[in-house]
Amino acid sequence: MRVPTLAMGVCCLAAAAIGLAGPAAAQSKPTAYVNAHIIPVDAPEIDRGYLLVRDGKIARVAEGALAGVAGDEIEVIDCQGKVIMPGLIDTHSHIGGIGGADGSGPIQPGVRVRDSINVRSSGFRRALAGGITTQNIMPGSGHLSSGQTVYVKLRFRKGEDAEGVRTIDDITYWTDDAKSGERRPMGGLKMANGTNPQRDGGASGFPETRGKAAFLVREQFIKAQEYQRKLDAAKNPDGSVDESKLPERDLDMETLCEVMRGERVVHHHTHRHDDIMTVLRLAEEFHFRVVLHHVSDGWLVADEIAKAGAPVSAILVDAPGGKHEAVGLRFETPAILERAGVLTAVHTDDWITDSRVFLRMAALAVRGGMTREGALKSVTLAGAKILDLDDRIGSLTPGKDADFIVLSGDPFSVYTVVEQTYVEGRLAFDRSDAEDHLYAVGGVGAVHDVSPYYCCYDQWLGEGE
Amino acid sequence: MRARWIIGALALLASAAGAQIAVKADKLWTMEGDPIDHGVVLIGANGKIERVGARLPVPPGYEVRECAVATPGLVDVRTTVGLTGLYNVPADQDQFDNAAPIQPGLRAVDAYNAQDRLVAYVRGFGVTTVHTGHAPGQLITGQTMVAKTRGKTVDDAVIVPEEGLAATLSPIAQRGGGQSPGTRAKMMEMLREELLKAQAYQKKWDKFENPDEDEPAAGDEAAPDGDKKKEKDPPARDLKMEALVKVLKGEIPLIVTANKAQDIANALRLADEFGFRLWLDMGAECPLFSDELKARGVPVLLHPTMYRAVGDSDGLSYETAAKLADAGVTFAIQSGYEGYVPKVRVVLFEGGAAAGDGGLGFERALRAITIDAAKILGVDNRVGSLKPGKDGDVAMYDGDPFEYITHCVGTIIEGEAFGGEREFEMNYP
Repeated sequence: MRVPTLAMGVCCLAAAAIGLAGPAAAQSKPTAYVNAHIIPVDAPEIDRGYLLVRDGKIARVAEGALAGVAGDEIEVIDCQGKVIMPGLIDTHSHIGGIGGADGSGPIQPGVRVRDSINVRSSGFRRALAGGITTQNIMPGSGHLSSGQTVYVKLRFRKGEDAEGVRTIDDITYWTDDAKSGERRPMGGLKMANGTNPQRDGGASGFPETRGKAAFLVREQFIKAQEYQRKLDAAKNPDGSVDESKLPERDLDMETLCEVMRGERVVHHHTHRHDDIMTVLRLAEEFHFRVVLHHVSDGWLVADEIAKAGAPVSAILVDAPGGKHEAVGLRFETPAILERAGVLTAVHTDDWITDSRVFLRMAALAVRGGMTREGALKSVTLAGAKILDLDDRIGSLTPGKDADFIVLSGDPFSVYTVVEQTYVEGRLAFDRSDAEDHLYAVGGVGAVHDVSPYYCCYDQWLGEGE
Repeated sequence: MRARWIIGALALLASAAGAQIAVKADKLWTMEGDPIDHGVVLIGANGKIERVGARLPVPPGYEVRECAVATPGLVDVRTTVGLTGLYNVPADQDQFDNAAPIQPGLRAVDAYNAQDRLVAYVRGFGVTTVHTGHAPGQLITGQTMVAKTRGKTVDDAVIVPEEGLAATLSPIAQRGGGQSPGTRAKMMEMLREELLKAQAYQKKWDKFENPDEDEPAAGDEAAPDGDKKKEKDPPARDLKMEALVKVLKGEIPLIVTANKAQDIANALRLADEFGFRLWLDMGAECPLFSDELKARGVPVLLHPTMYRAVGDSDGLSYETAAKLADAGVTFAIQSGYEGYVPKVRVVLFEGGAAAGDGGLGFERALRAITIDAAKILGVDNRVGSLKPGKDGDVAMYDGDPFEYITHCVGTIIEGEAFGGEREFEMNYP
């Protein structure tokens, strides 16, 4: 076990004390982070206040000096000059060496990305360095559907159980089915349209055109409707299931049925304005819940998106272009969507952009005219809503998970760095620690177990089209 | 309707070249000393800076432009803008020709699209001078040039047509399928052979141009025909060799892209053998060589701060710039080459990341994208700082230029005023 160095400011000193106390003590002893500028996100910013954490949950957020808690019962950490806000939520990431569908066909909803993830990838540690505590990890956009996504909480901890994360199961968000009691991993379904899933020559059934792409998707959903009818027909009047009537299990169909029943959200890659409209058209036809991802042209059809009630997870990159669909990309898109009334998040699409500078993207949205409040939500609460996790994360609200970050200054300043990242009340990243510092700034040894996002790496190297 | 409005707006934004302009800034960074509060830059009708100072009176006839912060027009020490177009399709990608690994004869001036939208895009963020040309990707990809981010044609834009020759010592220049080069050692062998050929070519020409010096033994017997030698046909011209000879003579540098320590060591070894001027490009792991780079005066055209750390650049750091600065190595920060999205990087943003996350600080980062870049490129007599006699190139901002939420509100190139970032193509491209 390594102990964080004691060289830095007061925040770090106290954080080290928690690490030494061990996980049990840290869990049981409440901790107060005092004298900080606090951004709860769902409430007005507090210029000088405190955050009280108990048993990994947020117990209280309040203005002024710590009060109403016995001094010896509590760890007090002075965060003078620091800014505290919720851990960031990245609604679209490709880290961990992801792999989804293969080249055998364009629509493979039965494939699960969680079967491919390497939790030892430095990508996770770099994400924590950027203040990210929750991610939607997705397979790529080279298919009409490349499979199921997974929602993860970056439960990496410094201190005695730093090795605590051994498999993807240790960081997965689970949902407990009320009826069956079955524990199920949370995630959506990745879909894509536009040029990425199109392939010249139509090899392996991939579409060459937009019309064909929509046709192929509709065909599968219609097949899934038939499958759902068989599932429904197997139900007895008392609600029990007549197993003899069930259709043969089909993983692709099961997934599409989850989607049509609203149990699984579609995370849809889409850039061009007409492609965005196609997604909305299909969502209406098959009654699925959809989140529009990237939406380079979103500013051109903002009112239509608002009318459809679809949330957006947008990306801003430093320049337009690089592909035909992204020539209309603008920093103004989140602002225009916000004004149209669209629930708008932003995402890293790591490695398209770097998780370590995720806050920068929200700041660029402000540069493009988004409100400060909207931009703060775009990396926190909006993402939580999009992932159906807003009852647990996304704001500093009593009862929610104590996922938060300590910043050296204003979240939207280029001179601000993430100093610490806490997940469920425990220290997961500390910039003053040498290893974490390396993950934060990069350098020889900072990147390991990383496979570049395969959709575009060849193109980036100049070997692709 | 919209298009007409846009054209009208652009016409208003781009004042005619030759207008006299006074830039007034609450804070003026001249890069020639401390910043000036309430600074004024007067640009004459010839596009040159006439005066710089605090609270200067503006003579009549000058168009006044006010902003919170002004800096010299930014100088991007290495980019491929103009060769790597917006759409990223074969029709607008001219950064390297994959037909052969060694093509020193290719010239940036023959490939630069002055009207590519990305040129206007980076100008909108204050970039006025770019060192652009063939990208890393093949062993020798071609020649680079220095240009201003304006003009309808390359002739309007270019200020140094042959700046350097771009070479790559990195696995990205390796070729598959049994083609050479397939390894690092092979890359070195091929470069050495090519440079040896160039030495021989240079000798042939030297001999042709200076026959007497080359053949001292001929004096005894050939006196009557002495003049005939000069009438001999010149050696056949070889465009590839001509470019390499310029490198060997020190007229232009060999700009070697290298990230890994062994590739950087190879670049230094090659320069030792052939005595050319070496510029190190990218240099992810170059702080390991700080002492050598400083002692030998090798400048570093440093990787974009936020460049992706994958493949052979996985050792790069936000702090590389600060480490070089602390060690006294000459460097400037580049926007580099991107094969995908984003199609260009903006050197203003890369400087900002170095200033903030990288710990370089504001002033050193600003130097790295203005005067220090101009000095490396040898164009500091014209650009890189605000000083009487230099080009009237100014970038204007509504706050600290590096802050994420600040905007570039206008760019001036030799007295020609352009809009800032928000005036970039408001209509759908």
